[in-house]
Amino acid sequence: MKTAPALYNPTVLDHFLNPRNVGDLPHPDALGQAGEPACGDTMRLTLRIQRGKIIDARFRVFGCAAAIASSSMATQLLKGKTLAQARRFTNRQIVTALGGLPPAKIQCSVLAAQALQAALQDYDTRHPATRTPRRSKS
Amino acid sequence: MPQVYLDHQSATPVLPEVLEAMRPWFTDFFGNPSSLHRHGLLARDAIAKAREQIAAFINAESPEEIIFTSDGTESANLAVKGTAAARQRDGNHIIITATEHPSIIASVENLQAGGITSSRVPVDTTGIVDPEEIIAATTGNTILIAVHHANHEIGAIQPLAQIGQIARQRAITFFVDAEASAGWLPIDVRAWGAGLVSFSPHRFYGPKGVGILYKNCRTRLSPILHGGDQENGLRPGVENVPAIVGAGLAAEIAAREMERRHAHCSKLQSRLWDALRAKIPDLKLNGPAPGSMRHPANLNISAKDTEGEAQLLLCDMRGIAVASGSSCVTRSKKISHVLAAIGLDPALARANIIMSLGQATTEEDIDYVIQTYPEIISKLRSLSL
Repeated sequence: MKTAPALYNPTVLDHFLNPRNVGDLPHPDALGQAGEPACGDTMRLTLRIQRGKIIDARFRVFGCAAAIASSSMATQLLKGKTLAQARRFTNRQIVTALGGLPPAKIQCSVLAAQALQAALQDYDTRHPATRTPRRSKS
Repeated sequence: MPQVYLDHQSATPVLPEVLEAMRPWFTDFFGNPSSLHRHGLLARDAIAKAREQIAAFINAESPEEIIFTSDGTESANLAVKGTAAARQRDGNHIIITATEHPSIIASVENLQAGGITSSRVPVDTTGIVDPEEIIAATTGNTILIAVHHANHEIGAIQPLAQIGQIARQRAITFFVDAEASAGWLPIDVRAWGAGLVSFSPHRFYGPKGVGILYKNCRTRLSPILHGGDQENGLRPGVENVPAIVGAGLAAEIAAREMERRHAHCSKLQSRLWDALRAKIPDLKLNGPAPGSMRHPANLNISAKDTEGEAQLLLCDMRGIAVASGSSCVTRSKKISHVLAAIGLDPALARANIIMSLGQATTEEDIDYVIQTYPEIISKLRSLSL
């Protein structure tokens, strides 16, 4: 058989076939869910946060290959990020790290970014104190 | 790795004897059928023979009732728009079912700017339309009823003879989309009372690039393309002679082989469905149960908590080619209008996959799918919420 061109690049396929960090963290410090189960993809993200830093992340997703790969890549990228960095995190970073997604599938990376923001909101609700100190470095 | 092709409703391989019959019409006999010299007359004769083969295949009264187009979409556009144009003095209302092919739905929508109104008749949870609903939708202005034979996604077979009678009693043109069924189920245009019937040979081991529209000799139709007088002026443009020759032979072979193909596929269809259902919890069959109300080669299933495209890709990685009605890289997240029309839960609609069998599908192929597909579903479910 002729070698067929692939729908997704090797990095996306790798994260789709071997997704990293699948599951739910027990007693997470933050939990965020995004998507609309009634029509599209849904993702749940759980985070372990210590001293203002994300030290672990797990996900579950109902979605297409791009959604699975984006979620997997997002959890990889988030580990080690400070809360401040995580707040600035966008889907663009996921797409770049994946080496690109087909135009119609960019939306799938937005899902992961939205789940993260929901998780950070959840964290803020649980830890109202950590929200304010954004001291300027001097 | 085994290669199991289960997407015969998208395309079938051209039979070797069909390809052989087509070949000289590319090279040795390349004349334009409109030319008056021997090269042209030979090509014209070849088209006439194919017309006879196709007419016999669908029990048409005369070969003159066969129009060659370029594909199913063109046939649907010609049937819908050509009827609206030819019958504009009779009325402006078109009836279709909620589960027609996009080429028919879009053709009807395209006519709305020109004053055509339409009704979309609902189907039941298995995808079958109630003829009473068609009657209820008719108005004094109805000029066309368009209904498919077997559904392109869920394989539901429609009560065409009854609908044909409804149309005839009211002098409404009856157009049947037989794209999904031709070659697998008998087509009898006279028993249906159809004025127009479309089908394409690439669904039954013929070539792509040619479509067929049957037009009853008493049915009025206007062309949608304008130019020369090919196909009685209803489809101007140089004929695709090799593909038409291939279409004729593929139809002749299909008529001969239909019973065997039907029996072979329906046996494997039942075997596949029974085994998958036993092995996979929460697996739903979309459309009628295998049997007389369902296309013998079509299986449309939804495995809860898994997404169609992800399933499709994992199947492809294991050598199994399937389709999904709901997802596509280029179309993004669209839920199949057919699955929406049968009232399927949107999450289950996203979880949808279509397997369509063919004459070369073997029991070993099916056993490989029975072994592999449940693993794919387990894998995706382990990721899901």
